[in-house]
Amino acid sequence: MEHNYPIKRIVDDKGFLVDMSFQKQIDEQLVRNLYYHMLRIRTFDRKAINLQRQGRLGTYAPFEGQEAAQVGSALALNAEDWVFPTYRDHGATITFGKNMATTFLYWNGRVEGCVAPADKNIFPPAVPIATQLPHAVGAAWAEKRRGTQNAAIAYFGDGATSEGDFHEGLNFASVFKVPVVFFNQNNGYAISVPIEKQMNSATIAQKSVAYGMPGYRIDGNDCFAVYFETKKAFDYARSGNGPTLIEAVTWRKGAHTTADDPSKYRSEEQGKNFVDPLIRLELFMKNYGYWNDEWIQAAQEKTTSEVEAAVVEMEKFPPPNVADVFDHVYAEMPAQLVEQKQAYLAHLGRL
Amino acid sequence: MTQLKEPNRKNETTKLMTLIQAINDGMRLILAEDNRTIILGEDIGKNGGVFRATEGLQEQFGDDRVVDTPLSEAGIIGTSIGLAVNGFRPVAEIQFLGFIYPAYEQIMTHVSRIRMRSMSRFTVPMVIRAPYGAGIRAPEIHSDSTEILFTHMPGIKVVCPSTPYDAKGLLIAAMEDPDPVLVLEPMKNYRSKREEVPVGKYTVEIGKGKIVREGSDVTLIAWGAMISIAEKAAEQAEKQGISCEIIDLRTLYPIDRDIIAESVQKTTRAVIIHEAHHTGGLGNDIVSIINDTSFLYLRAPIERVTGFDVPVPFFTLEEHYLPTPARVVEGIEKVLHF
Ligand SMILES: Cc1ncc(C[n+]2csc(CCOP(=O)(O)OP(=O)(O)O)c2C)c(N)n1
Ligand SMILES: [Mg+2]
Repeated sequence: MEHNYPIKRIVDDKGFLVDMSFQKQIDEQLVRNLYYHMLRIRTFDRKAINLQRQGRLGTYAPFEGQEAAQVGSALALNAEDWVFPTYRDHGATITFGKNMATTFLYWNGRVEGCVAPADKNIFPPAVPIATQLPHAVGAAWAEKRRGTQNAAIAYFGDGATSEGDFHEGLNFASVFKVPVVFFNQNNGYAISVPIEKQMNSATIAQKSVAYGMPGYRIDGNDCFAVYFETKKAFDYARSGNGPTLIEAVTWRKGAHTTADDPSKYRSEEQGKNFVDPLIRLELFMKNYGYWNDEWIQAAQEKTTSEVEAAVVEMEKFPPPNVADVFDHVYAEMPAQLVEQKQAYLAHLGRL
Repeated sequence: MTQLKEPNRKNETTKLMTLIQAINDGMRLILAEDNRTIILGEDIGKNGGVFRATEGLQEQFGDDRVVDTPLSEAGIIGTSIGLAVNGFRPVAEIQFLGFIYPAYEQIMTHVSRIRMRSMSRFTVPMVIRAPYGAGIRAPEIHSDSTEILFTHMPGIKVVCPSTPYDAKGLLIAAMEDPDPVLVLEPMKNYRSKREEVPVGKYTVEIGKGKIVREGSDVTLIAWGAMISIAEKAAEQAEKQGISCEIIDLRTLYPIDRDIIAESVQKTTRAVIIHEAHHTGGLGNDIVSIINDTSFLYLRAPIERVTGFDVPVPFFTLEEHYLPTPARVVEGIEKVLHF
């Protein structure tokens, strides 16, 4: 079936502007901000994979290849907005303000890793697929009821569009005209299942039609397209127009998680037509005179030392507290749980 | 004492298998034998399942019989119902028990109830397989052990093998059962040991427990991944001169009441072990069975060693959630020195 959702790009694979209308809005500050954050989260991601291989981190979900989608969207938010990520969106949440060491802790089996800074509305990552979409709608609805200018973003994958919660979230958002942006990263695969087997529709963007909301299909490896389209969707939401669905077409370069072996289901050749988002931005910077070796080197040193410091912080973190197994389940612990906790702590004391 | 008639395995061709290989072998046999069988799930085709339970099956039987579905548990179970009422024998894989909840409505309201609502005009002979349990350092929410949501549900049977032999036999029995069966597979046991498993077809009867250790002082009742905890506790107790009998329940609904009653009447004491939460756990049903059948034989109140009334914690704390041999030994001491 034909569709009306061509992929929108601002910069092409060789780093040349294809949409001149953005020429004025792209300045050195934006370019450097995008590059710096993409480099920063890539450094984090590669470090995490290494730590996992060395047995210093648990199973980890890498996002290499999706940096433009995650950074471009996260930088388009206001500080008071709400973020509802999945397990693969820690690139976006770190960019938005989640602590790196905390993020490492999450992947090391520590519940502390779910906790965002008090001034950032970042939900714990959604592990059951698509469950976060209705949450984002509810949080955005609350902002609307309170009459604020804040909005919410829900991150989700291509596979998530098959779950009921995806459809229920979009429907509620459009019925109640809620200020939420549904930000899909179509990375081609849901674990081993390619998008052609996931859905019979040619695009994810076109699913917006059924819910009467605008839908955009963008090049998810073009950080400018991601940044400006996300900003546009947020402006639309903040002006009281309701939700938008964005499909950012990208590619998961690595495994689904460190426990996954992609050679079981896809060839090395696949994905070769996707130009790495950092390389693309580098080409753009060189084409338009933004590339500065000294600045790049300083950025590399700064991000590397930040990631190394976060590893040290994660590894120095106090050992898990057994009481935490019991202490955060209720505001006031029911008597029978108090009894279980005391009996268990007493048992540990006897060992 | 109930002695199960174990098939004589000496004359059969056997092969060393892990639990996951035994599951794979069971599905392979029935796919070959019964063309009504259809396997559905996420990542079960080319990828062979995230645990490799369906490894090689799509290659051998084709992608219309071993089907990678869209990512939707309600879709998998809902369409399996339609397939089952219309002549097929679906085996649905849910990737982790912690992700079965989107399908809960389909199971609670339809899988378990269509026979009753149609007075047996429509039946749902399907199998749902789901890996469950903590203790493998999995990411959060992958470690649930919520069997009682299903044992509480009239119209579906629930089995939980702990060994490769039982896994294959119970899975085949489930695939041949006229009613829906949930097969809970302890992830922790998937590759923990190998045993000789017949390469041919056999079944393990649904609804029958098994004595895995004979003893005289106390009966330990467990299933799935908790069997090895019970065994370790029994060994430690033996050093104190306490003789433990262990029942591997194997089927969680319908429970083998006779094996429990006979053993408890002999030992006069019982400790129940499960990794699910304490309140509302299956242990309570077992206490009721002992109460109904063996109350006057008891020399001590029954002990339950279970997970706590908290969500399964992140993996750095999961050892503090799961029953340990030390906790079970304390339970044993308590019933012995009452
Ligand atoms: C309800 C539910 N079912 C199954 C899973 C197991 N699972 C984890 S990730 C995943 C694939 C998700 O694919 P997609 O939505 O495309 O996101 P991606 O991983 O590609 O970022 C699956 C099936 C889950 N986490 N939750
Ligand atoms: Mg995907």
